[in-house]
Amino acid sequence: MSKLSFAYYPGCSLESSAKEYDVSTRKVADILEVELIEIPDWSCCGASPAHTVDHLFASAVAARNLAIVEEMGRDILVTPCPECLSAFKKAIYNMSKDDGFKKKVNSLLDKPFNLNVEAKSFLQILYEDVGKENISKKVIKPLIGVNIVPYYGCLLTRPPDVAQFDDPENPISMDTILETIGANVPYFSYKLECCGAAYGVTKRRIVTKLSGDILKTAIESGADAVAVACPLCQQNLDLRQDQINRDQGFDFHIPILYITQLMGLSFGLSASELMIDKHNVKSDHFLEKIEKGLKEKEKSEKESISSKN
Amino acid sequence: MALINLTTSTDENFVNQVETLSGQKISECYQCGKCTAGCPFSFAFDYPVSQIMRLIQIGQKEIVLNSKAIWLCATCEACTTRCPCQIDVANVMDICRIIARKENKVKEKDVKLFYDIFLESVKKHGRIFEIEILMKYNLKSGKLLTDADLGPKILPKGKLNFFPVNIKGKDSVEKIFTRFVEGIKNNE
Repeated sequence: MSKLSFAYYPGCSLESSAKEYDVSTRKVADILEVELIEIPDWSCCGASPAHTVDHLFASAVAARNLAIVEEMGRDILVTPCPECLSAFKKAIYNMSKDDGFKKKVNSLLDKPFNLNVEAKSFLQILYEDVGKENISKKVIKPLIGVNIVPYYGCLLTRPPDVAQFDDPENPISMDTILETIGANVPYFSYKLECCGAAYGVTKRRIVTKLSGDILKTAIESGADAVAVACPLCQQNLDLRQDQINRDQGFDFHIPILYITQLMGLSFGLSASELMIDKHNVKSDHFLEKIEKGLKEKEKSEKESISSKN
Repeated sequence: MALINLTTSTDENFVNQVETLSGQKISECYQCGKCTAGCPFSFAFDYPVSQIMRLIQIGQKEIVLNSKAIWLCATCEACTTRCPCQIDVANVMDICRIIARKENKVKEKDVKLFYDIFLESVKKHGRIFEIEILMKYNLKSGKLLTDADLGPKILPKGKLNFFPVNIKGKDSVEKIFTRFVEGIKNNE
């Protein structure tokens, strides 16, 4: 495999409340020999608020970054964050189908965006460009003995015309990666149900209801942990887990880990290197279960070798 | 839902406005209800999304623009993904919210306030400054203790920035805001 190299957009959350997603993404990319070159002087994508003001404005806020990627001479922007991804994909989609709209967007920008860049999630790069064979080659500590359900959230695969990735109703990219790194992946019917998105601050009860339903379903599926790919989903399910318990009368303590942190564990990185200790819900029991699974595997392998001898 | 007198309350211009701005043919909605069935926010809406679509069809501008639903839609795209008429329903909800904003009809004031403070942060720094956004929201909404319980959980983790990250090209971001506002003024 020739070395993959992309323009990298971390996004605002990943340099603050979701730092562990950035750190684990970069470490995993490094091990998989994917070069991520941070876009110089990137700005906020506009996220949810910009498109509630005006679509032209929202596209311009996003496209400033796409224009920088063009200047870098790159044709793919990669971001781990689905909200940023959606802002970029919508800007590209809307500008591509309407030349008048494109001109108006560019009239708001210092440097025009000429539609020579596409946006992809880091998950898409892992699944399609790196591929499960290359991922499996790096696995030295498979996550044996733990059940992990993949939670995709809304925007990685929807709407399909814009997202152009995986299945919009039953995505399998994270399922496949989790299986590749040795985890058991139970059936999870809530993999796409909205967590309540950005209403945590303004309408907490909506978020604790929707996120509570997701956690409840995950636990009923037998999950030891939930794998996520979105900093906002992670925050709602993890940082707000005590609020969920309080509002909804639950008593959940289920770790919510980024897919990149889980991959990093299987590649032999330590929990602290992957900043797993930076989450609200502790992962100690989950990590012990992985260690136990590995020891049992080693023991049974030794036994089968000695019985053959 | 209350009885609506269509003779006196139908606003044809509103139907055209939503169709033009969204690029969607609202008339093609045949009220199957699939959007509402899959909408995770129906429990919190005053009018479920399929009723909003019907209200737009019959030109009920005031009801639609004064609804909570258009402000509580999270643009999760489930409706858009599933609509059998290929209507971009989430986009229609977004357009209604945009029109409501322009006409100063905002049923969920805190939601708009949060968005505005978020965008102020982008305009000022080029990127968002999370702590500042929450503090400003708590002050301006008068809900001073919003998420105060999360502080002791996240602050010791040392992840949050206590100072904003001001990008070099923040002027070029600010100019997007000013050019956009000037454009609206010039069109008026």
